[in-house]
Amino acid sequence: MSKTSKLNILRTALSIIIALAISFIIIYFISEEPFRAINKMILGPLRSRRIFGNVIELMIPLIFTGVGVCIMFSASQFNLGAEGSFHIGGLVGAMAALWIPLPSFIHPLVAILLGGIAGAIFTFIPALLKIKTSSSELVSSLMLNYIALSFGNYILSYFLKDPKAGAPASYLIPNTARLSILINDTSIHTGLIIAILVTIFGYIFLYKSKTGYEIRVAGQNEQFARYSGINIVKVILISQLLGGFIAGIGGSVQLLGMYRRFSWIVLLGYGWDAVIVTTLAKKNPLYVPISAFFLAYIRIGADIMSRTTDVSPEIVSITQGVIIILIVAEQFLSKYRHKIITKEAKSLLDTEGVE
Amino acid sequence: MQSVFNIIFSPDFFYDVLRVTTPILFATLAATVASRSGIFNIALEGIMLIAALVGVIFSAYFSSAWLGLLFALISGGLVGLFLGFLVLKLKTDAILAGIAINLMAAGGTIFLLYIISGDRGVSSSIKSLVLPKFPLPVIKNIPIIGTILSMQNILTYVVLLSVIVIHILLYKTPLGLKIRAVGENPNAAESVGINVHKIQYIAVTISGILAAFGGAFLSMGYLSMFSNGMTAGRGFIGLAADAMGGSTPIGALLVSLLFGIADSMGNVIQTGIKIPYEIVQMLPYITTIVGLAIFSYSKKKQIEKLKSK
Repeated sequence: MSKTSKLNILRTALSIIIALAISFIIIYFISEEPFRAINKMILGPLRSRRIFGNVIELMIPLIFTGVGVCIMFSASQFNLGAEGSFHIGGLVGAMAALWIPLPSFIHPLVAILLGGIAGAIFTFIPALLKIKTSSSELVSSLMLNYIALSFGNYILSYFLKDPKAGAPASYLIPNTARLSILINDTSIHTGLIIAILVTIFGYIFLYKSKTGYEIRVAGQNEQFARYSGINIVKVILISQLLGGFIAGIGGSVQLLGMYRRFSWIVLLGYGWDAVIVTTLAKKNPLYVPISAFFLAYIRIGADIMSRTTDVSPEIVSITQGVIIILIVAEQFLSKYRHKIITKEAKSLLDTEGVE
Repeated sequence: MQSVFNIIFSPDFFYDVLRVTTPILFATLAATVASRSGIFNIALEGIMLIAALVGVIFSAYFSSAWLGLLFALISGGLVGLFLGFLVLKLKTDAILAGIAINLMAAGGTIFLLYIISGDRGVSSSIKSLVLPKFPLPVIKNIPIIGTILSMQNILTYVVLLSVIVIHILLYKTPLGLKIRAVGENPNAAESVGINVHKIQYIAVTISGILAAFGGAFLSMGYLSMFSNGMTAGRGFIGLAADAMGGSTPIGALLVSLLFGIADSMGNVIQTGIKIPYEIVQMLPYITTIVGLAIFSYSKKKQIEKLKSK
């Protein structure tokens, strides 16, 4: 491992430590029993098999949107449509589950695939607008997320709603379409396997395929990519379609794995969380499960803390924000990095000099 | 249908349009000032949310809506400055820094609300105050126009005034010239002796203060309390409206009004014709996307034309 990548790991680790330290200091000042609270937050998720299961359950949707956003951001496209793709994916997954009668095993696969396609179409819109009209994909994707929410609410209340359900929710998802439980005593479902497959696929696509290479080159330096004959339009479209597809799959997997009815009347936020996951994973899908696990762990930890102490779980949002800032801040540890890079260059020169 | 027509062409409708437009116009002007200096301020959403809560807390603490507003503005300016620090000093990507601020604001406001009031949703247990509505002398007696313009919240007048102030600031003052120069070409600006970072710090601070006005309006005018996530994407809409209005204060006014009309129209159509509420809710966002696409496309064509000459 080169010293620069060692430094990257060090920077990430330090960012996390500093962010947690800041959160603990805040807890110390506001809580009546700060040490019990901090203890709950750090060790709470390990207390029982069921609670640790919650961490894995929360990790699953984060992996999907995380891998999706990795691919979209790698092309240097700030398409924030993963939030909407996830929502629409869940919606279409529910519709397919309710309206298309199929035998089990095939049923969830079809529903998930359709959810993915819907998600892909969704992130395709900002990409297309960007290419055709040069309008900012960031702005149009933000607006589209709200449209996705209203559209979902419309379909729910006019086509899917079960009047007997009390709260606004669809009819019961048939058992043939639901993802089965993978590990006893938890709600961890077979979606975990799909999430792992998607991670491996995302890594191979982005780092081992020609198209993936083109996406990354175009993302790092569009001018250079253009001059070396890379088709920028193709790169943008493929990356955004694929990213949305994966986020959409995530939505339907989440719905079929964790819900008995479609009842999402607000955006769930996994698309925004994916920005944190992607930042932590340095846009590499291979690291997405690790960062998703970390994020899920501190959230469940904070949740447990809030249930038994006087600290509310939103403290985690401070931790997350600080982590993003420190990891993205180029100046953080920059002097140290500069030293290491010059050292490496010098040693390289020395060895070449000997030859 | 006739009744919808009547409602739309009533003074009450336009009164409502101005009310709905106010926070969006603040956000749009905030986006304009920041983007003119070359910083894309996606943190507007979070700044508005923070200012909305700070206004509520301090207006209750001092029993004064004005002091509440003052502290809201200070909080907005500080968060703007913080964004400047992250982007300029720590060299953080502006979009990711903004997203980080938004995430912290969304959770942090709930966190703070819980510490202060024990509630996690709304601030109804805090006895906060509302900024006054204001009768305009002379104008209030003119039929129709009086109904539309008079008795609006004080901040609605402030925002209309801000359009003029920001226009003058950007186009008629040395600071405005510097802001535009820095945003247009920072290297060129630096070569003529402009302190680029200083100008950008000033611009994001002004941007933060403008956004804070919008946030304070939401919790101390539009509604009389803070509720979590109450900005509901208005900061983002401000960014869209700024892009659509070509980053000019006059453009900001026109596009925000368009958005306000689309929003108010939604409420009217609901009472008039049978269109599902959920579809009506999409209207402002669809308007924004279509408008943005048209504007960007015509700008793209313009640039191509200039290049071919």
